[in-house]
Amino acid sequence: MFIINCPFCGKREQSEFKAGGEAHIVRPKQPTELSDDQWAEYLFMRKNIKGIQFERWNHAHGCRKWFNMVRDTSNDEIKAVYKMGEKPPTK
Amino acid sequence: MTKNLRVKSGKVIDETYRISFKFNGNTYYGFKGDTLSSALLANDVHLVGRSFKYHRPRGIMTAGSEEPNAIVQLHDKSSRTEPNVRATEVEIYEGLEASSQNCWPSVKFDIGGINNFLSPLIPAGFYYKTFMWPASFWEKYEYFIRKSAGLGKSPTEPDPDVYEHKYIHCDVLVIGSGISGIMAAKIAAKNGFKTLLVDEKPNLGGSTIYQNSDYFKINNQNSNSWLEKEINEIKKLENLEIKTRTSVAAYHGYNFLLARENLTDHLPIEQRKGKTRHRLLKIRANKVISATGSIERPMIFDNNDRPGILLSSAVKRYADLFGVACGEKCILFTNNDSAYETAISLIQKGINIEAIVDNREKVDSKLLYEVEKSNIKIFKGYTVTDTFGYKRINKISIKQLSKDGQKVVGSKISLTCDCLGVSGGWTPAVHLFTQSGGKLKFREDDQVFIPNTYPSDQISIGSCNGDFTLDEILINTPKSLKEFLNIKSTNYENLEVVSSINKSKRNIWLLPSDKVLGKTKSFVDYQNDATAKDIKLALREGFRSIEHVKRYTTTGMGTDQGKLGNMHALGIISETAGAKMGELGTTTFRPPYTPLTFGTIVGRNVGEYFDVIRKTPIHNWHEKNKAEFENVGQWKRAWYYPTENESMHQAVQRESKAARESAGILDASTLGKIDIQGTDASEFLNRVYTNAWSKLAVGKCRYGLMLNEDGMVYDDGVTTRLGENHYIMTTTTGGAANVMGKLEDYLQTEWPELDVYLTSVTDHFATVSVCGPNSKKILKKVIPDLDFSDENFPHMSFKNAKIGKINCRIMRISFTGEHSYEINIQANYGKSAWEKCMEAGKDYNITPYGTETMHLLRAEKGFIIVGQDTDATMTPIDLQMDWIVSKKKYDFIGKRSLYRSDTIKEDRKQLVGLLTEDPNEVLEEGAQIVADVNKSPIEMLGHITSSYYSPNLKKSIALGVVRGGKNMMGQKLIIPMEKKNINVTVADPVFLDKENKRLNA
Ligand SMILES: [Zn+2]
Repeated sequence: MFIINCPFCGKREQSEFKAGGEAHIVRPKQPTELSDDQWAEYLFMRKNIKGIQFERWNHAHGCRKWFNMVRDTSNDEIKAVYKMGEKPPTK
Repeated sequence: MTKNLRVKSGKVIDETYRISFKFNGNTYYGFKGDTLSSALLANDVHLVGRSFKYHRPRGIMTAGSEEPNAIVQLHDKSSRTEPNVRATEVEIYEGLEASSQNCWPSVKFDIGGINNFLSPLIPAGFYYKTFMWPASFWEKYEYFIRKSAGLGKSPTEPDPDVYEHKYIHCDVLVIGSGISGIMAAKIAAKNGFKTLLVDEKPNLGGSTIYQNSDYFKINNQNSNSWLEKEINEIKKLENLEIKTRTSVAAYHGYNFLLARENLTDHLPIEQRKGKTRHRLLKIRANKVISATGSIERPMIFDNNDRPGILLSSAVKRYADLFGVACGEKCILFTNNDSAYETAISLIQKGINIEAIVDNREKVDSKLLYEVEKSNIKIFKGYTVTDTFGYKRINKISIKQLSKDGQKVVGSKISLTCDCLGVSGGWTPAVHLFTQSGGKLKFREDDQVFIPNTYPSDQISIGSCNGDFTLDEILINTPKSLKEFLNIKSTNYENLEVVSSINKSKRNIWLLPSDKVLGKTKSFVDYQNDATAKDIKLALREGFRSIEHVKRYTTTGMGTDQGKLGNMHALGIISETAGAKMGELGTTTFRPPYTPLTFGTIVGRNVGEYFDVIRKTPIHNWHEKNKAEFENVGQWKRAWYYPTENESMHQAVQRESKAARESAGILDASTLGKIDIQGTDASEFLNRVYTNAWSKLAVGKCRYGLMLNEDGMVYDDGVTTRLGENHYIMTTTTGGAANVMGKLEDYLQTEWPELDVYLTSVTDHFATVSVCGPNSKKILKKVIPDLDFSDENFPHMSFKNAKIGKINCRIMRISFTGEHSYEINIQANYGKSAWEKCMEAGKDYNITPYGTETMHLLRAEKGFIIVGQDTDATMTPIDLQMDWIVSKKKYDFIGKRSLYRSDTIKEDRKQLVGLLTEDPNEVLEEGAQIVADVNKSPIEMLGHITSSYYSPNLKKSIALGVVRGGKNMMGQKLIIPMEKKNINVTVADPVFLDKENKRLNA
């Protein structure tokens, strides 16, 4: 069970949070202009990385805010958390 | 028949307090402080169970939680019965009843014992190989296997005990109270860390606390008295909490640990009343110090499993702590110095040692010289090759080892004995460390795995870190802790230590025998009856990965997770396969370290506390009026209101008729309600619903369908425009929280530019729905000053109103197809509004109806229930609801998916109505729908989603999903049931009032 540093509330137990899948997948602005394959790429295709992964998390039983997290999936180390709309850390 | 093998008083025994207990029906006596195993051994009882596969007689092997054999059932035939309990961990109390569990019909005569003679026929993988075919035989095998395998019996009555969970936060957690754990706890607490020390045993001090010998000294005192003083000191420390009988079960990431604190299991049953039995501790520690010690290794030789064969350290522990001799003619068998520590203890206690067999040829050991003084015969360079005695060991054969240790040479010597204490060296207890994600390294010198890299802020000290001798522990522990806790000094820097252990060891994973391996039974995993032969067979059959060998042979898969024999399994694999130990890896130890009771895991979340129960503000009225309730998510909803002697069917038929003929009233308070405000509220609704919202006038209501991005129906409900920038959305009862979450997700992550605010108001309003041709008259009586004319208040519109002085919102909307109103009122006035409607409706036979009638009424109208008529694979097109999907809107959630190649297929399952040939035949929900029963295999076209007998239409009606159903109107299909085939015709899903005349009736 992680301790997650919510960018709005600070450190809290993992049980207060909900994982929301891969981060930085932007919903296409003009879905109607996409081919089936392009739409399927957005809709279904998600990475499953062993190592550094960018994820969405929601402080569901707290401030209810969504935010992003950088996590090393091989050892569950949380490298960074940052608000929606902020640029992901490069290091 | 029973002997008394109590010698001198043991350290933890109170000989003034005698306790009687029963084992397998016989009464025995022990003393306060005894474990079940020490008390049995004191009565000369070794045989306690049968092995799992071959049903070989088995005895007590250890004195701790690593015990593989002495697994018993407590309190058989009582609600407190508990299987799979280790006799070595049960503290005896007055009234204790225990029985052997892995035997049938009795431990002394066991039918499965025949497997022992058939064992050449039961090699590794036997179960996989044999019981696979023919499949129909499995039932017959299973009966006998289950009966004779006996993993104990579960209780059949509710558990009378109380369990609880507790969170603990601390700076430092110390696991294990051996000498290194005690030092660590003292150092941490004295340096200002809030510290918790836990130990699975009832007493502190580990094995040092009974090491009373001149050969082990600290500051000129015997190590046990030095440690005793330390323990007395730490008990006074304010910063330190100590929990004994507390076993850490799991060590997760981020230093989150689960431990079971055992509070009453050692008490007589009548003293347990009103007390919590087990407490599950959820510990979050900034720093963790593992001082979990080490487990002595057995050795692998022919027939190494007979009752009377114990670990040498257990023989010592029983003598020192409990004052119990494990036999009158003991032999010790060792490959290292540990057995001489045992010998010294036995000599002190006057327990007879026949001989010591030592693998090593030349040993320069002070302990050995001390033992030699007592004229005990020591066979150096020898090994045990076989043992004898069926229910108790009575003889061993020994032979000399060849120089390389691969063979036995010379002539056989027979020695009689009634106890054999075995020491194969020590294995660090790294189970918790590896659970936490720690990686091990292999130390070649003494063939042990020790902690290498730590995944969190933690450290291992003492023998679990590979420091086995007193001097190593006393020198390394303060050093490591200084660094780990970042402190200047520990006050343990200048200890004078005498430790007389010679560290040499002659490690031979599988000892040689004068027989061929195929003729031997050298057990590696005692609990699962896996032998060295099995492991070699698995390798011959091509298994290479340690994880595969484990599963094929079941080595390490018992409740003890192979705490004793896993290292030998690895050793034998590495030798046979020619792979290096360090490169082979280890199998994974999983939580819990020792089994937990279900009670511990669920804590107080049982019975009415199992889940949150949500009740509407009108709940008491339903209860008073004898409603039956159904669970909808966490909600209790009124299901139907039976009058005297009425069945559910009769009640529902009556309620349904009343609602259509005059008036019905429904508590709809559970529907989800989301208040939506902001200048972009209309735009937001446009994006989340399939239909258009910008043109909805203030004061009007509209039904909306919400999809997932994959185009599948997610939720539905009516949304009302309360003001220019203000809406109230209703959702399904079960979907409320998810819809709220989903809408927040889109607002926060995809469309942060929208000025929209969402508030869940489900619990703030009670909703009373009144329907039927007389609903208007009733509402008029409740709210006389509101103009209810169709011109002023048409279908799908809303009015602010007052019932007395209380503001409420009235929506004219309908889920039944009848003329109908919904009153939304502040929750605490809900019941009063309901009662006012009941009172006003008296003359019109207003009839309360529950969810069952609601479902029937809407099914007559062909209205779907999301989650019943849909699953996550139905698009609006599949539901024949094309009318609600806007063609004009550029985008909404799920729009693009509605014309993916898969979603536009003609033969998708589509919602249709179904009418039975016999109007009285009501179909079963979930039943399969087919076209042709003669074809094999029968092709399934779909299934029934809703089915009722309609009292208003006087016939059976059903909704179902059928592949390509849209184009099957009028076609005959078949519902194949167990006893008959039912003929149905595909029909329009709207069965009643297709023209919606009743809405304005
Ligand atoms: Zn938060």
